[in-house]
Amino acid sequence: MTTAIKPARLLAALLFLVAVSGAVGAEDLRGTGDLGIVIERTAGSVQVIETSGRTGLGRIEGLGDLSHASAAFSRDGRYAFVFGRDGGLSKLDLLTRRLVKRIVQAGNSIGGAISQDGSLIAVSNYEPGGVRIFDARTLAPVADIPAVYGANGARSKVVGLVDAPGNRFVFTLYDAGEIWIADMSQPDKPVITKFANVGLQPYDALITPDGRTYIAGLFGEDGLAMLDLWRPEAGVRRLLDHYGRGEEKLPVYKMPHLEGWARAGDRIFLPAVGHHELLVIDAETFAEIGRIPVHGQPVFAVARPDGRQVWVNFAHPLNDTVQVIDSQSLEIVHEFQPGSGVMHLEFTPRGENVWISVRDEDRVDIYDTASFARIGSIAADKPSGIFLTARANRIGL
Amino acid sequence: MLAVVLMIAASTAGAASPGNDRQAALLYLLRQDCGSCHGSTLRGGLAPPLLPQSLAATPDDALIAAILDGRPGTPMPPWRFEINPDEAAWMVRQLKGGLAE
Repeated sequence: MTTAIKPARLLAALLFLVAVSGAVGAEDLRGTGDLGIVIERTAGSVQVIETSGRTGLGRIEGLGDLSHASAAFSRDGRYAFVFGRDGGLSKLDLLTRRLVKRIVQAGNSIGGAISQDGSLIAVSNYEPGGVRIFDARTLAPVADIPAVYGANGARSKVVGLVDAPGNRFVFTLYDAGEIWIADMSQPDKPVITKFANVGLQPYDALITPDGRTYIAGLFGEDGLAMLDLWRPEAGVRRLLDHYGRGEEKLPVYKMPHLEGWARAGDRIFLPAVGHHELLVIDAETFAEIGRIPVHGQPVFAVARPDGRQVWVNFAHPLNDTVQVIDSQSLEIVHEFQPGSGVMHLEFTPRGENVWISVRDEDRVDIYDTASFARIGSIAADKPSGIFLTARANRIGL
Repeated sequence: MLAVVLMIAASTAGAASPGNDRQAALLYLLRQDCGSCHGSTLRGGLAPPLLPQSLAATPDDALIAAILDGRPGTPMPPWRFEINPDEAAWMVRQLKGGLAE
């Protein structure tokens, strides 16, 4: 008799356990729309954060040299692809907070992008100069595009890599002064279109949120190089040529960054180089609207997602300050000092908060963008870039 | 004789090392701010690497001058506003000797 009862009890107990663990699993389910990562550049780690409760969820370590690291996200927001300075490409699972896969694909890298269809990851490399493209699922190599230019076969460092509609990537050759479009419609047969003589030392670039306009900033001369991807046959056009005319160029202690957040309403806000100014251009005609004198050499000029404000941080030694500009009046409406070493700013998807990394204070602070009050802070080890999963659904980010 | 004494004095002054706190500040600057362009592991970025083997062929004076006054035609800016010649010389010795990771 007892032997007959025992299996029944065991079955009941097992069913109970399955029911309980199933319930726990359901409570653990979560979406990814409020997740993000903070790069801890010196430690080679990434902190996973969430913007609803404004907390850190955990750390993923062993990602190599993350100075100047950036990230792109899978379209489901679950995976982050982190581009390290040492050529490392790491795929992180934000839900399990695990490193899924890491490869070292080059000797020295600067950034990357995910394709329109989410299937390809492109990385821009300094050494060896060029772009390498990988399968987003497996990180298996798909294509290699050496940035060879000139008569003697030299390779250029590649900057300003972005995704563009049509499963294309657009990037800029720093040493060559060229802009290239790689059409990845057939992933194993990239079709490259090249634009030469765009200007001296193009140091970074952006694409507007509609995926139409690619703009490269020039270090070697005052001006910007613009390519209309709706009319590539029209070639690259110079914007704001000689914008610093007659002014002495100031030393630049950190290269500005051009990001896809530059457009605010009908205006585009860009850091000047060697001038403590923001350049404001009309997003339709590309005519200069104005120049705003600011605190120092701007590094990031980031539009709040609604376009009403532009937040700006600055290069060493003035990197303790942030200024907020009203995109309509072009006036500085707020200025404050989050602390030494403000590296990056990232808005929550609808712009009510901004997360600011303060490297030398080992903190990421969270501010309310209406009241400018600090409403939260998390500890982070030498934080630099902050990347939220909302980028997954934006062209050029 | 006087000239020799003066020369010794001058070379000693040139070799003066910054104090410990200042050394730490300079190394932090090197990794974090020079590192913006040269890479925080000094293996290079938009700017060239600062590893011993990449600097060996360049005389100290040229490297010290590059730190203090920048390199025209390149993005390298002058650092004289916050680094003095003795500190620049010390940084060059550190870089050429190789910095522990």
